[in-house]
Amino acid sequence: MSVMEQDSAGAPARASLLNDPKVRGIFYQLVLIVALVAFGYFIVTNTIHNLEQQNIASGWGFLENTAGFGTNQSLVEYSETSSYGRAIYVGFLNTLLVAGVGIFFATLIGFIVGIARLSNNWVINRIAYCYVELVRNIPLLLQIFFWYFAVLRSIPGKREKWSIFDTFHLNIGGLRLPKPIWEPGSFMIGIALVIAIAASIVVSRWARKRQEATGQQFPMFWTAVGLIIGLPVITYLVTGMPMHLEHPNFVETGPILRQGFELNVGINVIPEFLALTAALSIYTASFIAEIVRAGIQAVSHGQTEAAHALGLRNGPTLRLVVIPQAMRVIIPPLTSQYLNLTKNSSLAVAIAYPDLVSMGGTVLNQTGQAIEIIGIWMAVYLSLSLLTSAFMNWYNQRMALVER
Amino acid sequence: MSKKILPLVIGAAMGVAATTAAGATTLEDVKAKGFIQCGVSQGLPGFSNPDSQGNWTGLDVDLCRAMASAVFGDATAVKYTPLSAKERFTALQSGEVDVLSRNTTWTMSRDTQLGLNFAGVNYYDGQGFMVRKDLGVTSALELSGASVCTNTGTTTELNVADYFRANNMPYEIVAFEKADEVVAAYDAGRCDVYTTDASGLYAQRLKLTNPGDHMVLPEIISKEPLGPVVRQGDDEWFNIAKWTLNAMLNAEELGVTSENVDEMKSSDNPSVKRLLGVEGAFGEAIGLSNDWAYNIVKNVGNYEESFNANVGPDTPLGISRGVNALWNDGGFMYAPPVR
Amino acid sequence: MSDTQMFQIRTEEAPRLPAPISTTGVIGWMRQNLFSSIGNTVLTVIGILIAYSLIAPFIQFAFIDAVWTGDNREACLAQDGGHSGACWAYVEAYFPQFIYGRYPTEEIWRVNIVYALFLLLLVPLAIPSAPFKKANAILFLVVFPIVAYFLLTGLVIGDTVVLPIVETAVWGGLLVTLVIAVTGIVASLPLGIALALGRRSKMPIIKLVSIIFIEFWRGVPLITVLFMSSVMLPLFLPEGVTFDKLLRVLIGVTLFSAAYMAEVVRGGLQAIPKGQYEGAMALGLRFWPMMYLIILPQALKLVIPGIVNTFIGLFKDTTLVLIVGMFDLLGQIQSSFTDPTWSTPSTGHTGYLFAAMVFFCFCFGMSRYSIFMEKKLHTGHKR
Repeated sequence: MSVMEQDSAGAPARASLLNDPKVRGIFYQLVLIVALVAFGYFIVTNTIHNLEQQNIASGWGFLENTAGFGTNQSLVEYSETSSYGRAIYVGFLNTLLVAGVGIFFATLIGFIVGIARLSNNWVINRIAYCYVELVRNIPLLLQIFFWYFAVLRSIPGKREKWSIFDTFHLNIGGLRLPKPIWEPGSFMIGIALVIAIAASIVVSRWARKRQEATGQQFPMFWTAVGLIIGLPVITYLVTGMPMHLEHPNFVETGPILRQGFELNVGINVIPEFLALTAALSIYTASFIAEIVRAGIQAVSHGQTEAAHALGLRNGPTLRLVVIPQAMRVIIPPLTSQYLNLTKNSSLAVAIAYPDLVSMGGTVLNQTGQAIEIIGIWMAVYLSLSLLTSAFMNWYNQRMALVER
Repeated sequence: MSKKILPLVIGAAMGVAATTAAGATTLEDVKAKGFIQCGVSQGLPGFSNPDSQGNWTGLDVDLCRAMASAVFGDATAVKYTPLSAKERFTALQSGEVDVLSRNTTWTMSRDTQLGLNFAGVNYYDGQGFMVRKDLGVTSALELSGASVCTNTGTTTELNVADYFRANNMPYEIVAFEKADEVVAAYDAGRCDVYTTDASGLYAQRLKLTNPGDHMVLPEIISKEPLGPVVRQGDDEWFNIAKWTLNAMLNAEELGVTSENVDEMKSSDNPSVKRLLGVEGAFGEAIGLSNDWAYNIVKNVGNYEESFNANVGPDTPLGISRGVNALWNDGGFMYAPPVR
Repeated sequence: MSDTQMFQIRTEEAPRLPAPISTTGVIGWMRQNLFSSIGNTVLTVIGILIAYSLIAPFIQFAFIDAVWTGDNREACLAQDGGHSGACWAYVEAYFPQFIYGRYPTEEIWRVNIVYALFLLLLVPLAIPSAPFKKANAILFLVVFPIVAYFLLTGLVIGDTVVLPIVETAVWGGLLVTLVIAVTGIVASLPLGIALALGRRSKMPIIKLVSIIFIEFWRGVPLITVLFMSSVMLPLFLPEGVTFDKLLRVLIGVTLFSAAYMAEVVRGGLQAIPKGQYEGAMALGLRFWPMMYLIILPQALKLVIPGIVNTFIGLFKDTTLVLIVGMFDLLGQIQSSFTDPTWSTPSTGHTGYLFAAMVFFCFCFGMSRYSIFMEKKLHTGHKR
């Protein structure tokens, strides 16, 4: 028995070693590993050799060195005496800022246009269709140039302005806004805001429980709005108005160069930011609109009819029945559009907006350390993208639980 | 990942990847391929600029042509690679170009840390400011609070930061990747001031909608010696670049021009004789033929001719010699003698 | 007799009345689609206002105020010093540069042949009912790139110059845009298929490597890839080996689009029912014959719309190469703005408008084709 087993196990094994999928699998993978290692070795040795040969510095020490160049927008303190590392950090924050604001507006426009695409009104429907087709078939870079170079020529020059309510001013130097100046005691407003948000959450829990128990509805939305706006305002008044607005100062006398808005008074949103945000959100919105449309169309018509049969009006039908189901279809592609927007914000380099790629590129030029800088770029964008996909997976799982 | 090699293999098979035998000197390599690969700017009138037929002209281009004349006796044995500020050093380091003649400032860090050698100075420049005439500004010291357009990643950006800080003037910097974008933004009125090398200001002014509405301020805030660059570690090629420039300067000093160079061959002046290879074997000493300098002057001309043809007072740029005159004419241009 | 008169049976149908005029024809359509309620009417009015405020200035600029002929900027400058309309004369003067870049004039016929061959091979490939699909695809994907390569760059055999060499530095305009986009797609197709198969492979290391590769390239912006290929690639290569700038960009673009292509192909592979795999295996086919004969032909047909969409994305993204200093269509147009002969306040607007129109025509056309194919293919696997 044991002899036979040995025979039957031994003989075919030798014959089929070549054809055994497992063995072949291991062989292929070994080949791949060897090839990869060889390729990596090839690149690394070449790089080291080239760096040595050309006497190029390497390592991360340069991040500590003084940058020596300025920038036109930084969210944290930054000056010419700051380090290269700080400069890259400033760029990173600027990328996050433009991506965040861009995502907000892209979502807003995208949902409006997406719903307009489904409108029964022919004019609205066509406008939305033309918008989507026109915008998404023209390269983003071209749109950025359009917003920056073409629109820039049409707005007032440095010594003039367009004003709304005498509070918001626009000219070629950017959009000027009043800047809130916080005085001692203003932290109370922040505390009031936190309390208001906490209270809204508590009330909404209570309202939901009550509705589940008794069926009575509670005007949750307006309560929350009242709390979140009202409480800080009351606190502001009670604590003796510990905050005032610093208005931009428009100088109209003196040498021509000094005329126009004074530097560093009020908030100045630079035109590069405006152009980039406009282009990014309008471009991405055209894709979001299609996602929203597809998502809403994916909800079967029976759902709407059933909701109507239950006596729900159009508004509640959309809000309580259609959108929650559509969101499940919309969210995954939506997150990848958000990610695209973030990646596309790197086109800032074309119009002098100091984002991560632009600031990093300047550092690259000054130090010549290409490998380190490109490494930082890739690492930042890759981690953003991994974070996004992690969020997407989490969301999908959470949505899957809701499904019955 | 072995797939990554695929494009390389395809590239090599298609013959676009140029391989040079390792260990060969740049001169041997250049002679083998029959032309000099010269790194130039992406378009700076007067220095290196393509016309609508794609022919390159300019002061920097003339240096490449002069080197080709020295090596091959033929000024057209050059191919040009337009390079951005960001790419220029890697292109030279990697051997993509043999010489970089692209209005590049000679600084200590570039000379010592990037594996490069500067072969001399073919234009003494300095950073200046351009403003609209209607601003009524006459001095750079009045520019407090101005917004300044410039190129990113150049010494310009650092100099302007230093200058405004040193004079305690607030400013707003708007730094672009490409010169054309700087010009467009300045032209649109985004900035009050455009700063770059003074030569560049004159050149870029031609691209503005109304060049006459703009003026260059008198202040020069930095030293910008511009010159050709070669790779470190190849002294033979370094010598050729260095002495090509010197030959052009010496020719001007000795009064040798492309027109009279044939007559000058029979000159009694020993300096001229040595320069034109009638006496001595100076060409052979740098691996070239003895008539190397004759070819340079014959095909390209001396420094003065090149200057006047490309950037001089009679060209649209209209730059006077100023500090770029010869040393005996009140300028900085001083070439070591050929002897 | 009178009995029979007591009731009346209608033996003929009453003549059909036309529908009320308010529900048919233009008026009915308008009532239904534009003015069905107060809110709707308000929307319609707002919509018309928006459309008018956008279209009217556009028509004014592009047609009514436009300058169609002229030799230099004088023609396009507004007489009263104000804003003039589009300067089409400038586009006309620069048209050859926008299409061919600075390709030598006497050699332009070579580019034209490449354009013609491209159309000649692409059109029958794109029409589903045209015959000889396989031969056509091989011609287009294998033979055409080789022929185009030699036509565009030149051919020297030994010492005889068959076609003079034209450096890639003088290529530009639409030529560069098309070369990058088409090469990017054609070269990334095999790479993308291999990666998609790798990602679905059961061999853990191959799967892992494929996933890392795909996610890496999908996670980074194209512009950093371009910077990497133009700044970092030279450092990776042995000393003395240099690549043409265009080739470096092509490598970056190919690797980048291969990752996207892999995901598209993976979608196609996933859409093939399991029965197809099992059937093929039951017939005794091994992995490659199974893929080659059964799975890939079906999967690739399914992903044609996806490939076209990837191509549209890539076609638009080629504009980014202008940031690394190459002259694609947009770069060429932008670089012409600073020509003193033509610089007027409206030159920039005109150039951007022209670029937008060209890109729109290409991309819109392709997206229509993709939708057409999607509808056509929808029948096959719907069960």
